[in-house]
Amino acid sequence: MKEAEIRRLLAANLLCVFSIILTAVLPAFFWDRFTVLGTHLTWLCICSVCVSTLNIVLHLVLKPNLTPKRSSFAHKISRFLKCCIYFFMSCILFHAIIVLYGAPLLESVTETFLFAVLLSTFTTLQCLCILGPNIQAWIRVFSKNGAMSIWETSLQITTMCSILGAWFGAFPIPLDWDRPWQVWPISCSLGATFGYMAGLIIAPLWIHWNRKQLTYKSR
Amino acid sequence: VDRFLHSYSLVAQDLPAEQLQRLQELFSSAVEEHTRLLAQVQGATLVPPELESRLGSLISRFQLYLREARAVCTQSWARFHPLRMLGGCTLIAASCLLCYVASELAAASDSFYRSCLLYPLLWGLMVAVLLGLACAFTQEGLDLLLVSSWAAAASQLGFFWHWWGQHPKRARLAGSQPPLASIGQRQRLQAWLGLAFPMSILLFRCGAMFSDSFVVAEARVAPFLLASLVMLLVGKLHWDGRLTVPEGPRQQLLGFSSYRREIWYLLCLVAMLLVCVRLSGFFHQCREEIPQCRPSLFLSPLASLRNTRAKNLFYLLCVALLAGLVYAVRSWLRHYGNLNSSDPLVLFVRWGFPLVVLCIACYWAVASSADDSLGKLQELVQVAVVAFPWAVYGLASMGLLLLLCNPMTVFAKDTRESAGSIVTPYLGVPSSEVDFLHVIPQIYKRMQESQKSRLERGSCKATIAAYGLGSVYSAALVIALTLLGFLLMLLHSERLSLAFLLLFLEAFVLLHIHTHARGLAGDAEPFSVPWYAVISWLLAASQFFYSTGHQPIFPAIHWNAAFVGFHLDHSTNLLPAVLVGANTFASHILFAVGCPLLLLWPFVCEMPGSQKRKPRKEHREELQEVEEHMMEMRLRESPGKFSTALLHLGLKYLFVLGTQLLACVCAAMILRRHLMVWKVFAPKFLFESLGFMVSSICLLLGISLVMRVDCAVSTWFRHLQLR
Repeated sequence: MKEAEIRRLLAANLLCVFSIILTAVLPAFFWDRFTVLGTHLTWLCICSVCVSTLNIVLHLVLKPNLTPKRSSFAHKISRFLKCCIYFFMSCILFHAIIVLYGAPLLESVTETFLFAVLLSTFTTLQCLCILGPNIQAWIRVFSKNGAMSIWETSLQITTMCSILGAWFGAFPIPLDWDRPWQVWPISCSLGATFGYMAGLIIAPLWIHWNRKQLTYKSR
Repeated sequence: VDRFLHSYSLVAQDLPAEQLQRLQELFSSAVEEHTRLLAQVQGATLVPPELESRLGSLISRFQLYLREARAVCTQSWARFHPLRMLGGCTLIAASCLLCYVASELAAASDSFYRSCLLYPLLWGLMVAVLLGLACAFTQEGLDLLLVSSWAAAASQLGFFWHWWGQHPKRARLAGSQPPLASIGQRQRLQAWLGLAFPMSILLFRCGAMFSDSFVVAEARVAPFLLASLVMLLVGKLHWDGRLTVPEGPRQQLLGFSSYRREIWYLLCLVAMLLVCVRLSGFFHQCREEIPQCRPSLFLSPLASLRNTRAKNLFYLLCVALLAGLVYAVRSWLRHYGNLNSSDPLVLFVRWGFPLVVLCIACYWAVASSADDSLGKLQELVQVAVVAFPWAVYGLASMGLLLLLCNPMTVFAKDTRESAGSIVTPYLGVPSSEVDFLHVIPQIYKRMQESQKSRLERGSCKATIAAYGLGSVYSAALVIALTLLGFLLMLLHSERLSLAFLLLFLEAFVLLHIHTHARGLAGDAEPFSVPWYAVISWLLAASQFFYSTGHQPIFPAIHWNAAFVGFHLDHSTNLLPAVLVGANTFASHILFAVGCPLLLLWPFVCEMPGSQKRKPRKEHREELQEVEEHMMEMRLRESPGKFSTALLHLGLKYLFVLGTQLLACVCAAMILRRHLMVWKVFAPKFLFESLGFMVSSICLLLGISLVMRVDCAVSTWFRHLQLR
């Protein structure tokens, strides 16, 4: 049973990785001047939209947390609105944190905001899909021994890897190599993307390697 | 190569002229030979063999020319002593290791410290004397550098030898219990991981010294690392589950967890720190390596502003900030009861601080006035420009002297029965009835009081109430820091007082974050300062080096600080050096003197977990029975632990400073042939080493001040008990 679960997780994650690679490669066929570095803001939008739709679709299809709750239409609408509000708030929060870390305040606002949206897609949207708009569950998951299923462990790993990737992506900015990818926010968003993809691949492997030690408390 | 040598010799004179002449002749003869060969080859279709041999000899002549040119150029390069450089690096690395090992030593007996710290010092002195004698006998010149290096190496070897001698003993003692290998390994792994998180930030900081772009951009790297360290701290607390309410069984069943109420305060503090860090970026000076940088407009003095309204507004803002600083310090001292007594130091805080602010404000007003606007008052202005800074220097030195003489800011109220009588003494026969009437109410009051005290003796003993005893160490440090802050603000340009206010605010916020994190983590030992606190303190010190308008390059030195209070030339070099040095390393001075606050602040702000039965404004010390000690008096419960804690804090601070210095030194050594060595790495090395010396001296001064206060408190207690 657990092996099947891990295999499903691996398949879902590989599909996500593949979709991100597609967003980098495919639009060049439709639009001549599209490059990841050149038209970076467009790529950020496309990537965020694709990853979010894929995650929502995967969640609806796979339904990893099967909660047999009575879901009336109003309840579903309120949950959906709550999710949207949380996502938007997390975008604003990420934007504020990035500006406090040293990003320019008045210039390049669009770039900073789109980077914040990308980071929210990689972190908050995953939480919303897997855990729902339930703050207590989020607090529980992001603590030691707080994960209650394989999907939550995967969530921990992908979130931390994407944030670490964004942090490491800030390091090339002061270098004087004069490369096109050192312009703000390309290095950070590429770092976040690579971190997310690495997290997606590492998570099933790590879970598989530690499957004996990972015991989940049943509710 | 020939063209380059020719144009270089026109511009600079460090290549010797006769060698250049010889190279020029070599080159021109070879070129002539080459043209002759070409002319000969032009006509014939077949190349005869002797032409080929001449071609071969021509090639070797050109190669000889290139080798000679390279030799001439190499001779003009700077020469280094690789062996000495390596020796110096090894000494610094060994010192860092020594500081780390000594700071992790568990509190042990006196003899342990004597053997580990005193004997190596004696070893070093002995080696120094021996080497000095040897130099005198062999009649070589006394190379002070070599003698001191060997003495240092000898004392370090002595330390490691003594420590290693003690170490197996402790290991044997620990090994007497049966070890459980897996748990020991897991605990060690956890200890390593716990250490990894602050040390990785330190590693990144040291690694950044090896890249010229990162050294040039260090003004932005240090705040980035500080913000990352603080966020990592919060994240680690969250991961360890310290931020949530401890779960009861019902909550565990539901998977329900919520945040504690205190973490909102912690998050506010973190947000304030991030805002301070971001705002401090507005005071940076520019380097020429960054072409599109514009220097901060707060660096230019007010006298250079043309717009009178803006000048007045900025002036009022700066004076308001100074007044605000005095008000903040006074209200902090009043809150902890340190302003109640009538000691000279407290009187100085009450009256001297506003006077200092007044003098600084007058000095700024006079110095920023336009030259031509005051006309007839020119002479008065000249006198004022010298008199006001001298007044500030005098007041500040008086304050520091008062602090050293009597650092106690404690007010003792004696509520015991007064021995004296309150009845008016017998002055002979009472002359009128008024005197009779006067005496009887006094006798009645006296009888009432003695009755009351007899009844209350069971419940409340007569005590001596001491106000301000719970924060006596921190109060002395805060007063010293404020005085130093005023002195340093005088030496900077007027609008940089904004940066100093940010400095004090950020230090205050860092101390509170550290205190709250310890309170939330809960299981820490109160007498040790964790590594992340020391590293964040030092990152803040580096951040404010850049945010007070300095850069580690020579053109960025504020030379006009040497003329604050000295209108004309100086007679010696010492005084302007001290003034310029104090200006440049202002943030190092303030953070190093304030370092003991990292140990004292968690005691001053008692965190939940310790009892808070009595109100915070006063601290009552009962003499008949000694109750549990409160606030900083807990430090006096175990004086051995207190002094060990101070020693460990100092060693940790020196370790972090030492690793930064080691990184700069290694970078300068490894990259000595880099293109940017003279512009980037060598000035950075000089500034970092001078900053290290200034920080170490100020750290010693800060710790000595705390020990002086400790002596004064012990004397005060002795006097009380004698009474």
